[in-house]
Amino acid sequence: MSRLLINRRRFLTAAGVAAATLPLVGCDAFDAILQSRGIVRDVLASANDLTYRVQRLLMDADRLAPEFGESDIRQGQRPNGSTDPTDPQYIALQQQDFSEYRLAIAGLVEKPLSLTLTELRNMPSRTQITRHDCVEGWSCVAKWTGVPLSKVLDEARVKPDARYVVFHCFDRMNLGLSGSVAYYESIDLIDARHPQTILAYGLNGKPLPVANGAPLRVRVERQLGYKMAKYLSSIEVVSELSTFGRGNGGFWEDLGYDWYAGI
Amino acid sequence: MAATDNTTSEADVPMALIIRRHGLVTRLTHWLWALALFFLLLSGLQIFNAHPSLYLGQQSGFDFDNGVLSISALRTEDGDVRGVTTLLGQGFDTTGIFGVSGPLDRRAYRAFPAWLTVPSYQDLATGRVVHFFFAWLFAAVFVVWMGASMVNGHLRRDILPTGADLRGLPRSVINHLQFRFDHGRSYNGLQKLSYAAVLLVFFPLMTLTGLTMSPGMDAAWPWLPDIFAGRQTARTIHFVVMLLLVLFFAVHIFMVFAAGPINELRSMITGRYRVDAKSQREEAGR
Repeated sequence: MSRLLINRRRFLTAAGVAAATLPLVGCDAFDAILQSRGIVRDVLASANDLTYRVQRLLMDADRLAPEFGESDIRQGQRPNGSTDPTDPQYIALQQQDFSEYRLAIAGLVEKPLSLTLTELRNMPSRTQITRHDCVEGWSCVAKWTGVPLSKVLDEARVKPDARYVVFHCFDRMNLGLSGSVAYYESIDLIDARHPQTILAYGLNGKPLPVANGAPLRVRVERQLGYKMAKYLSSIEVVSELSTFGRGNGGFWEDLGYDWYAGI
Repeated sequence: MAATDNTTSEADVPMALIIRRHGLVTRLTHWLWALALFFLLLSGLQIFNAHPSLYLGQQSGFDFDNGVLSISALRTEDGDVRGVTTLLGQGFDTTGIFGVSGPLDRRAYRAFPAWLTVPSYQDLATGRVVHFFFAWLFAAVFVVWMGASMVNGHLRRDILPTGADLRGLPRSVINHLQFRFDHGRSYNGLQKLSYAAVLLVFFPLMTLTGLTMSPGMDAAWPWLPDIFAGRQTARTIHFVVMLLLVLFFAVHIFMVFAAGPINELRSMITGRYRVDAKSQREEAGR
């Protein structure tokens, strides 16, 4: 019996100690060390390089993201990020239903291109029903139609020293006091040449709406939504990313998000 | 009891029978996991806060309802903002902790409160950086533990419940409810079952559901979203297993204190563990 009593006492002690440790969870203790662009943050973020390498090892260059059937399209594609660009150049194009739109392909290519929407629509097309995964955590299934980026790159003839494709966009992102910057993104040539990487002009059987990136957005189906730049103005083939924005390869990357968003 | 037990005098002598209970790999992996899981939990809640809703299936229902849990801040008619947690269609007022939290003069409208997330402020990018770093650490430790435990017999000897363990389970439950704990060399049936569930079910499940949320992994291993019935279901399972691991942690810590925190902690740091003479004899007699 005495054994039982001791253990009841222990029980109360345990409960008390456990309750006392709860406030220790308070997590602002790590705020400073994680916020700074210091060594701790860099070491933690280097795990993204590992993820990138391992995922590239685990999947063939042409391995497709899962595709779905018409019955899986149960709602409109949820617009996110910019949904209504206010850039004057964009508004002027929009007012003429993008008839004057030209997509420039420049940089490390033998033959720089300037393509109208009609020219892009007359190129070979691909239609795919895929799942859009947002970095926030939600997913949405939709049908996308566009020209494979590889066809455009083949026509422009990529130079051997090229490594990345940079997407320049019309939408500007507000950064508060420091003003606004144009959205941009980048992917490697493996993803750029992936069969499902398309410059999409159609969504769910209709022309791409403004909220979803009209007239042209990119689909990179093995990565998260923020890689799939909307409102494309031009495409630049490059050998390094350090000269764009703050040098991290994309608008969100410059704010601390991982460049490789296959996770 | 004392009167019939002719070896009582021997058992009453303060026993200093010290054994080596936990091997080096067990101790090392235990603390690395503790570190990794601490940051995984708090960065995971940070990530959850970016879209504090859970669904079943491939996608998130915005124009249809496949939600199972959501945490939000709602303005009431009198202008007050309340934190509301909706579980399977049933709403609960969770103001102060879920949905709305923080000091009354500086209310924060966020699913999980600042003291449960890393960083404390809303920062999805940093939450992801922390989460994926410790996810790699967690997985690496799992590989080391699994390899070592299969080679050195830890898995078979200490984790996998035997038939006798399972038959003795009712007895083991009663003993625990009466706060009668063994201090023997080996785990009892309930301990084995708990550790087997955590190590062999929850940990792999957590890893696989986590991988299913990766669009890259879904292309590499298309069976991932198939076995979990969709990416959003996997996200929901990831959350539920998190809750189960938190429950395990609470019981685990409680049991450490109830069974003698100094002895238990020492055994997980130095490996040295004081055993009861009684249970030692029982073990020898088995």
